[in-house]
Amino acid sequence: MELAVFLLFAALTLGSATVVVLHRNPIYSVMSMVLTLVSLAVLFVLLGAPFIAALQVLLYTGAILVLFLFVIMLLNVQRESSAGWTNAGQVTGAALAALVFAGIVGWLSWGAYGGRAAPALSEEAVALRPLAELLFSVYLLPFEIIGLLLLVAVVAATVVARRPEPPLPGGEQVAAPEGEP
Amino acid sequence: VSEQVLVTLVLLALWLGALLQVTPIMAWVERRGSALIQDRPGPNRVGPWGLFQALADAAKFIFKESMIPAAADRPLYLLAPVLALVPALTTFVVIPLGPTVEIGGVPRTLVVSDAETGVLLLLALASLGVYSLVMAGYGSNSKWSLLGSVRASAQMISYELALTLAVVAVLLPAGSMRLSAVVEYQRAHVWNVLPQAIGFLVYLIAIFAETNRLPFDLSEAESELVAGYHTEYGGMRFALFFMGEYMSMATLSSLGATLYLGGWSLPGVDLTGLPWWGAAVVGLLTLAAKASLFMVFFVWVRWSFPRFRYDQLMRLGWKVLLPLALFNLLLVATLTVAGVLWATPPTLRPPSPRRWRRRRNRER
Repeated sequence: MELAVFLLFAALTLGSATVVVLHRNPIYSVMSMVLTLVSLAVLFVLLGAPFIAALQVLLYTGAILVLFLFVIMLLNVQRESSAGWTNAGQVTGAALAALVFAGIVGWLSWGAYGGRAAPALSEEAVALRPLAELLFSVYLLPFEIIGLLLLVAVVAATVVARRPEPPLPGGEQVAAPEGEP
Repeated sequence: VSEQVLVTLVLLALWLGALLQVTPIMAWVERRGSALIQDRPGPNRVGPWGLFQALADAAKFIFKESMIPAAADRPLYLLAPVLALVPALTTFVVIPLGPTVEIGGVPRTLVVSDAETGVLLLLALASLGVYSLVMAGYGSNSKWSLLGSVRASAQMISYELALTLAVVAVLLPAGSMRLSAVVEYQRAHVWNVLPQAIGFLVYLIAIFAETNRLPFDLSEAESELVAGYHTEYGGMRFALFFMGEYMSMATLSSLGATLYLGGWSLPGVDLTGLPWWGAAVVGLLTLAAKASLFMVFFVWVRWSFPRFRYDQLMRLGWKVLLPLALFNLLLVATLTVAGVLWATPPTLRPPSPRRWRRRRNRER
């Protein structure tokens, strides 16, 4: 039963991840990515880490990918019209990326199954309370630094996005007539 | 083990049975309620008090010819109404219907899934609802639909923040993400609506935006966008959006009743003497009664307030509700640590870094 669920969702993860890369329509790519991340969340549950799974769905599919979609729909990105493998830079980049990916996977697999087996994830690493205890004691400083970093990023984004003259608030004021010097 | 499975199945059946009744009943309440508020009779010809009008509607939905716009993106267009039901039909699994009872010698809380992540799981599943709207808007290939779904996605992720912060404040004194623990806390002490009145207000406003109900139904504003994201849908496909909206209202109302109004419990009523199925039925009826307070409020507000403008909606969400929710969280956290809210001490005992490192090295 568990094996069947694992096989189903592992296949779904891989299949939809392939669609993310290969599909010409960016909307379909994002939708496939939603499927990838939700299937991955199911795999997390099977590994005994439901908290990570819930966070994955809540943050990635519930917030980040919605923003992806939002941007694609607002910018009205069209179906990709490239004719395929004509650009030399594209081919080199793809080959490099594939090489790096294979290297990472090979290195990780070697670490896990090669010499000695990597220790299994303990309850302490994935359950709610131990995770919170770690986060607020051992890793408190990095946690705070990341919080600060994100705040800086938000402030910077606001500054960049701000127009020189902000639009009239709530339309309560009368706009200056156009065409005047 | 089999008896545990039976309990789960019975609870699932109770929930689904109740949720599927929500749409026809609420359609009737909405029509008669609006008629009451506008001083007119409302639909009163089919059955007593017009109660069977919903059946006539259902028959019409089923027999209506199914049309797909020629320019529609077919896969997305067809999938969207189905996805509208996913959050509505999954989020209820963590809402408890009764106390913890002994079944076959094993303690069992009367909830479909007493997952440790509890309410976080509910919020995660509910956050998937926005994809249905986006797919409908994009798949229909119509300007009204697209504008409606862009509005809906911006609105939902904005108000989700305030909603989540309000919910987090409820979890603090209870010391758990399990909704059963939240209900037990309220049974032992006080309904959260009293100490967390600010959080309750934020939650109440945010669920209007989350379910796209008036005064926040910008995504389907009739006067601007025809019907917003479901302009191009008819028949049973439209009915699925309709059902999804009412069922989401019902699950968010049940969550609100569980978080703030004591959930399945009533003061002075003890369900432990009943057999487990009796306790579950009584719990469901109590929860439904409390949730229907929210539902009637939904209808009442819809027919009393004009629609917000889009900038007003965003300003309310980011500049009023979010700071209010943060203030409420700070207040509740302070009161919890100060011991005013009967929190179960010690809630968190951080291990010293040295002790943790030692333990980690030992494991290696």
